Amino acid sequence: MSLFAIAPALPLHAAGKYVAGAYIVFVLVILIYVTIMAIRLGRTERALVELNDDLARREEGSGDPAAPGDPAAPGAPARRDPHPEAARLSGAGRGPGDSPL
Amino acid sequence: MPTYGKGLRGLSILTLVTITAALVLVFFYAPLDASQGFIQKIFYIHVPLAIVSLCGFVFGGLLAVMHLRTGDRRWDMRSYVAIHMALIFGVAALVAGSIWAKASWGHWWVWNDPTLVSYLIVLLMFATYTPFRFSIEDPERQARYASVFAILGGAFVPLNFIAVRAAQGFVHPRVLTLTGSNLPGPMLLTFLVSLLGITLLYVTLWKYEMAAKNARIQMRMLRRRLFGDDDISPLQRSAAPTL
Repeated sequence: MSLFAIAPALPLHAAGKYVAGAYIVFVLVILIYVTIMAIRLGRTERALVELNDDLARREEGSGDPAAPGDPAAPGAPARRDPHPEAARLSGAGRGPGDSPL
Repeated sequence: MPTYGKGLRGLSILTLVTITAALVLVFFYAPLDASQGFIQKIFYIHVPLAIVSLCGFVFGGLLAVMHLRTGDRRWDMRSYVAIHMALIFGVAALVAGSIWAKASWGHWWVWNDPTLVSYLIVLLMFATYTPFRFSIEDPERQARYASVFAILGGAFVPLNFIAVRAAQGFVHPRVLTLTGSNLPGPMLLTFLVSLLGITLLYVTLWKYEMAAKNARIQMRMLRRRLFGDDDISPLQRSAAPTL
């Protein structure tokens, strides 16, 4: 409280709105960036869970781990991807504007 | 495959603490400027953002040098993220500066100040970096040409800075010079803490984005292991680097 007591009063009536505006712009830019990143991270996490599930299913079906990249392995999932989210992130059906990363 | 997420939590906490300390110093410690008064508080966010964004462009250029030297495309990705982050910081600096200009000079923008115009030129130049990348379809060529762009752009930043310093007519105040600072002690301390905070924020967000991109690459590799190469469509044209 003593800090607030000695601090200069914030003149929010005049220049204060400009100062507040500048700092709000900074916070907003960072917030927007972090939100976009958080959405993309959530998407990646979901796709990772789906891929792990697929891998587990394949291993259960074959009794032992399938050969990497061998779609013909016993118990391998159908070629058509059941998880469009994972497929989208991995590059399948990507549009020109989408980032591959 | 490097792990960019290592140490990210500690770095994030350090960034948060430093920025909070900087804000406390700005509003409760640094004295009001004699001529500008309270509006000068924008200085502590505008100048560090501008400095860090310009250093980010140079950093991107240095990473691009590493890409051309080694041929390792991961350096291209680091350079891309460095420039991308610097651009975001640059836009924030430009908007904050514009607000300060409106409050201080009565105009959102003035064209007769070399500092402002040169900064805008640098920013616009790097704004073409992503469309430039997108215009090149072959990823290998894209990475190489983008690195050349980043190096030239990175080299342009200090040259531009020197040219502006040499200019005589300017509206912008000169508070930081080669011989020292014209700021009084408390203001200088506040400014340095702010600069440290913004620098840490840049590094944190750079690592954050690199970690996210790295995770997506690992996803793609995992998917390739699971479904094989045939199941993965070739990547279509994109501005972002691919590995």
